[in-house]
Amino acid sequence: MDHASVEAVRAGDPRAVARAISAVERGGAQAREVIAAIFRYTGHAHVIGVTGAPGTGKSTLVNESAKLYRRRGHRVGIVAVDPTSPFSGGAILGDRLRMQDLSGDAGVFIRSMATRGSLGGLAAATSDAAKVLDAAGFEIILVETVGAGQSEVDIAKNAHTTVVVEAPGLGDDIQAIKAGILEIADVLVVNKADHDGANSTVAALEMNLNLKPKGENDWRPPVLKTVAIKGEGITDAVEWVCKHRAYLEANHLLESRERTRLRAELEMVVQRELMARLVHGVNGGQIEVLVEKMAAREMDVYQAAEKLIGGTR
Amino acid sequence: MAERPIRVLIAKPGLDGHDRGAKVVARALRDAGMEVIYTGIRQTPEMIAEAAVQEDVDVVGLSILSGAHLDLFPRIVDLLKQKGMQDVLLVCGGIIPDEDIAALKQMGFAGAFGPGTSTQDLAKFIRDRIVARRAGVNA
Repeated sequence: MDHASVEAVRAGDPRAVARAISAVERGGAQAREVIAAIFRYTGHAHVIGVTGAPGTGKSTLVNESAKLYRRRGHRVGIVAVDPTSPFSGGAILGDRLRMQDLSGDAGVFIRSMATRGSLGGLAAATSDAAKVLDAAGFEIILVETVGAGQSEVDIAKNAHTTVVVEAPGLGDDIQAIKAGILEIADVLVVNKADHDGANSTVAALEMNLNLKPKGENDWRPPVLKTVAIKGEGITDAVEWVCKHRAYLEANHLLESRERTRLRAELEMVVQRELMARLVHGVNGGQIEVLVEKMAAREMDVYQAAEKLIGGTR
Repeated sequence: MAERPIRVLIAKPGLDGHDRGAKVVARALRDAGMEVIYTGIRQTPEMIAEAAVQEDVDVVGLSILSGAHLDLFPRIVDLLKQKGMQDVLLVCGGIIPDEDIAALKQMGFAGAFGPGTSTQDLAKFIRDRIVARRAGVNA
C-alpha cells in the first residue's frame, strides 16, 4: 500500500477506505500490506457491537444510533454483516436498506460484508474492516452481526461494548437463563417495545441479571426498551453505551479488554495461517489419503490430525 | 486464495412503487454466487453513487419502471465517474423501450434487460464481463 493511499485512508477519502476494506476482505498478502500500513493509526475508536436474532431491529437501531452520534458531532463508521449462502457462495446484503437516513452524510461510512463461510456472527475480515475505519478517523464504529442465534458470540471479543437486541415474544424465562448470547451483553435492548409482551421480556431479562452474583464494581447491564423505527428510547440506549465506555475507562478495563481482543485475534490468525500452511504445505497432498483412511475406519480423526501436524515438526 | 465474489449493487432510482423485479434479480444473482447489496426503492442518484463507492462494487444494476431512465441514469453515471467509479460495469432493467437502448449504451450501459430475461443469462452476462475485466487488470 503506497503512502498516498494510506494518507487517503487517514483523510477519510471514501474510495480509498472502500478499496482498503476490499483488500482486507480479500485476505492474503494484500490484506497484510494494508493492515501493516494502517495499524499504528488505530486504537482510537469506540467499537460497539450490535447483535441479536434476525428481525429484532438491529439495522434500524444502528441507523437511529448513528443519527444521534452524528448530532453529537462524531463521525460514524458502520460494518453490517449478513450471511453468505452455504450453497452458492452468494449473499444478499440488505442492512443498508434500513440505513437510508444516513446517506448523503460524509461523516458516515457504511460497508456491508458477507460472512464468506465464517461462523460466529462476523466475517473473518470484520475486525480488519473496523481497523480501516478506525484509521480513517471514525470515532464511533458500529458493527452489526448477522442475525444471531444463541452462540454467535464472537462480537464480544471484537467490540468494546456489546449491545444485544431482543424483541418481545421470542422466548420465555428459560430462554433468558440459557448460556450464550445474553451473557455477552453490556447493554440489553428490548426493541419493538410497543408490541405485546415487551414488559414480560424485560422482566425475564431483569430476573436473569439479578440471579448473577455481583461484585462491588461489576457492570450491571441495563435492560432498555426501544421502538427504533420511531426513534423512541434511542437517546437512553446511546447514553448507556457511553456510560459503559466511561465505566471501562474508569476501571482500566479498556486496556484489559483490548488485550483480550488482541490475544483472540492473534490466536485466530495463527489458527487460520497454520491451517492454510498445513493444507498447502508439504503434507497437503496427504489430506485425501488420510480422509480415505478415515473412511475405511483405519484411522480416526485424532490419529489423522496428528499425522498431518506431526509431519511439520 | 479464492477469487473475490462479484459484488453487485442493485438499486432503484426514482419513484417506482414496487421492487418485485429487482428482488427477483437480487435473489438470482445471490444464487449465482454474487454478493448483492440491495438498497430498496426511491433512491436518489446521489444515494446510489455513494453506496456504490462505499461498497466498492464491481457492478451497478439499475431497475426502473417509471420511464424516467433517460433523466435519472445520466446523473448516476456522472456521479459514479466523479467519484472514481468509471470502471464499474453498468446494467439496467425494468421497463425500458427498445428505442432508448442505443442512448443507454452510449451512456456506458453494457446491457439492458427487460421483462422475460432469463436470470441465468443475466448472471452469465455479468460474470463473463467481470471475469474478463479482472483478467485484464491482473495481466
